[in-house]
Amino acid sequence: MRRLFPRPALSVAIFLLWAALANAASLGMLLLGAVLALALPFVSKPFWPDAPRLARPGTMLTLAARVVLDIVIANGAVARRVIGPVARLEPAFVEVPLDLRDPFVATILASIVSLTPGTVSIDVDQESWVLCLHALDAPDPAALIREIKQRYEAPLKEIFTC
Amino acid sequence: MNVIIEFAVSVLILLGAVFALLGSIGLARLPDFFTRLHGPTKATTLGVGAMVLASAIYFTATQPGVSLHEIAVMVFLFITAPVTAHLLAKAALHRRGDRQPSPHPSPASGRGGNGDGRLFRSGNDCPLSLRERVGERDEVTQRQEEVK
Repeated sequence: MRRLFPRPALSVAIFLLWAALANAASLGMLLLGAVLALALPFVSKPFWPDAPRLARPGTMLTLAARVVLDIVIANGAVARRVIGPVARLEPAFVEVPLDLRDPFVATILASIVSLTPGTVSIDVDQESWVLCLHALDAPDPAALIREIKQRYEAPLKEIFTC
Repeated sequence: MNVIIEFAVSVLILLGAVFALLGSIGLARLPDFFTRLHGPTKATTLGVGAMVLASAIYFTATQPGVSLHEIAVMVFLFITAPVTAHLLAKAALHRRGDRQPSPHPSPASGRGGNGDGRLFRSGNDCPLSLRERVGERDEVTQRQEEVK
């Protein structure tokens, strides 16, 4: 079973995505999706990152819900700043020292930071493990760093145990 | 079509349009490249997200079966949007570094690191090359302010 599905999570994701794209639960389409789910992990083998073990899928769902909620809330906050007086904004480059030590998980964290409005991640340095990001309005960078570490990094570390 | 569904779809389309508009306003109003980068990321996440959700609800309600294309659209957008922003930001740092050779010592080696106290306030180790480039950016903005 393990040899047939070297990446079970990837296979399941491909199958579900194919079903969503096909938009119809016809037997032929689902069969084609199953074939793709079997074949694609083998074809893409050289590109896999060494993903760490998924320890707590449950925490992943809470984190996903939190990110969606934060996107909605932060959108409102950024909208106010965009309409308001632009000169009073305090844009800043902020460095977040990371506790996690995994390129894959760091990528997820950087993506979350970019998706939540108001912050765009620029670079993750893999030697000193610092995430550089640009904030649209950060009068208090220390608070922003604390928030990112508590809200996103801590759960990610729990999920992947790294 | 049910009144409640019609209402929900209308609200979602309007919400998406408003946030796409706000993203564009941000792109037009904000002063420099890095702040402008924030506008489009916002428009893709909530703006497109709301419209895509409206589409999913509408076609699920009006046509037989469930419409799930839209979820795939959202997944791909959420995966690609940060990558685009990341590449744009890196490209901008590179170009600034190439075009504006710094006449002053870089913040990392001179000036005590923080210029106007706004860049890299946390003072940890950002990669040196990035820090130098960002330092130059700081000087460019300062020069622009002087011109004004």
